[in-house]
Amino acid sequence: MDAFFAAVVSILFHGLAYAMILYVISVGLSVTMGLMGFVNLAHGVFAMLGGYVMTTLMNRYGMPFGWALLSAFVAVALVSVVLERTLYSRLYRAGELEQVLFSIGIVFMAVAFVRYAWGPLPQRMVVPELLRGSFDIWSRSFPTYRTFLIVVSFAVIAALWLGIERTNFGAQIRAAVDNRRMAESLGINTGRLFTLTFALGSGLAAFGGGIGADILAINPQYAQDYLIYFLMVVAVGGLGSIRGPFVAALLLGIGDTACRYLVPEFGAFFLFASMMGILLWRPTGLFGKA
Amino acid sequence: MFRWFNSDKGSAVERFVQRDALKPIELLPWILAIAAYYVFPSYLPLGSQILLTILFAISLDLALGYAGIITLGHAAFFGAGAYAAGLYALHVTGEPLSGLVVAGLAGGILGFLSGLVILRTSGLTLIMLTLAVLLLVQEFANRARPITGGADGLSGISMKPIFGQFRFDLFGHTAYWYCLIVLFFVWLFALLLVRSPFGRALTGVRENVTRMHAIGAPVRRRLVTVYTISAVLAGIAGGLLAQTSQFVGLATLGFERSGEIVIMLVLGGIGRIYGAFVGVVIFMIAQDTFAKADPAFWSFWVGLMLVLIVLFARGGALGVVDQALRWVRKVRR
Repeated sequence: MDAFFAAVVSILFHGLAYAMILYVISVGLSVTMGLMGFVNLAHGVFAMLGGYVMTTLMNRYGMPFGWALLSAFVAVALVSVVLERTLYSRLYRAGELEQVLFSIGIVFMAVAFVRYAWGPLPQRMVVPELLRGSFDIWSRSFPTYRTFLIVVSFAVIAALWLGIERTNFGAQIRAAVDNRRMAESLGINTGRLFTLTFALGSGLAAFGGGIGADILAINPQYAQDYLIYFLMVVAVGGLGSIRGPFVAALLLGIGDTACRYLVPEFGAFFLFASMMGILLWRPTGLFGKA
Repeated sequence: MFRWFNSDKGSAVERFVQRDALKPIELLPWILAIAAYYVFPSYLPLGSQILLTILFAISLDLALGYAGIITLGHAAFFGAGAYAAGLYALHVTGEPLSGLVVAGLAGGILGFLSGLVILRTSGLTLIMLTLAVLLLVQEFANRARPITGGADGLSGISMKPIFGQFRFDLFGHTAYWYCLIVLFFVWLFALLLVRSPFGRALTGVRENVTRMHAIGAPVRRRLVTVYTISAVLAGIAGGLLAQTSQFVGLATLGFERSGEIVIMLVLGGIGRIYGAFVGVVIFMIAQDTFAKADPAFWSFWVGLMLVLIVLFARGGALGVVDQALRWVRKVRR
């Protein structure tokens, strides 16, 4: 009984940490897809770049963890604005196939660029002194860094939700997701709104990639290997939704951890099967617009 | 015959009637393929690979180019065909032609069953579901070790001579002709299909699905049918790979194969059958030349090429040729 309890706690804890990373990375994708209907398969690139910027600043220039993470957020948000204005914005009216191909192209180029700049090996993620080791609650030990990660992610998510619900900017985003043309006729500059949202979403992805570097290892294949997970969170959660992907990330994070722990011989089989089931049951995702 | 207007190229009606007739230039790929056999005898294994990949690309063109089904999971059918042909050769008989039938059936059954459920959706959900089917099949092949050999794949496949006559040789002469002849029949079939009323209906679905619904066309049945046909052809392509390379591995089901085939088709030009020929030949020869030396370099250029095609040349290589021809005609006039 005690072993069973220990397993449940362990799965929930690690699954939660994983889910937080997935959500922080994917939420921006959900909003930008909902806002502009852009099928962007290159979102993982921003998370990957965030991880690279952070680990490089820490390992090579000795920058403290917090500042490195913040720099990754800012740097990637700036890069994404440039990409959005020069390339993405040309394709808002294009078909899905063009958007898919374009973003796959971006992924290929990013993978090659990263391999050139940083080499093929995974980046070393040095957890700051303070957050190393583990601590005990009720005679169970929890890794400190993962606990920190969960707490910080929760804080970021809370701030994001408050921002979306309570600020003028958030209200504009919600209005534009619900009905873009109506929002435009009310005088909301949806083009600028989208650029800002895109930057924010990419910055958050970079943040997630950086803080989660010890769960999802930063390597050149990152944008390809984890793409399916980010897309799953968004598709299952529902495009344009903020809360849907949270539920989806929890399901995915905890479900995946449980599968790996309980039935490792089946790999990710159940995960993909349940995603298929959910999408067939609700093609627009759990919280998507019908 | 009633004439709409006089012109030196014949009437509009005549042109309409003759638009589906085979033009001489359409025989060019076959002349080149036969010439390649004599000119590059040492590249025959690569040649067979190119031929069966063209077949795979044609199968994708039916679904993606004509019916507009965006799929990132087409390798599921290719892999299903490859494994079916491999298992058939290992456990039943090494006779190649019946092996191809089995491969096509395997692809087709998987395509029909998955198409039946996933083609109800569209957009991102459909893309995700095509990927999910691929991942499920991949995971199954990886885990069902006793049947599929898991990560080691199926090896030790030995093929009997075709019609009991033509033995598969070490240098790939038989394999080349075998692939070429199968591809020829598939090409004929695909041409007949896309130029039939059924093919026109598919184009209608791609261009305006709402209108097709409005005029009472059975849209979903059409989509499932073409998806199944496409999967059969993909299965045959996979079967050819299994038989000519005498090995089946997990890479046949890889996401890379799914992605690359889309890229090759787009490079050539989608929705025109011949895009498959042009795109696959350019891509695979370039890959053979550059990718081995420096994979990162190669993937950068593939990415850049995709971005440029999307931004400036939506029709792919053949689209560019079309535009150039149109421009030349305009200048001449």
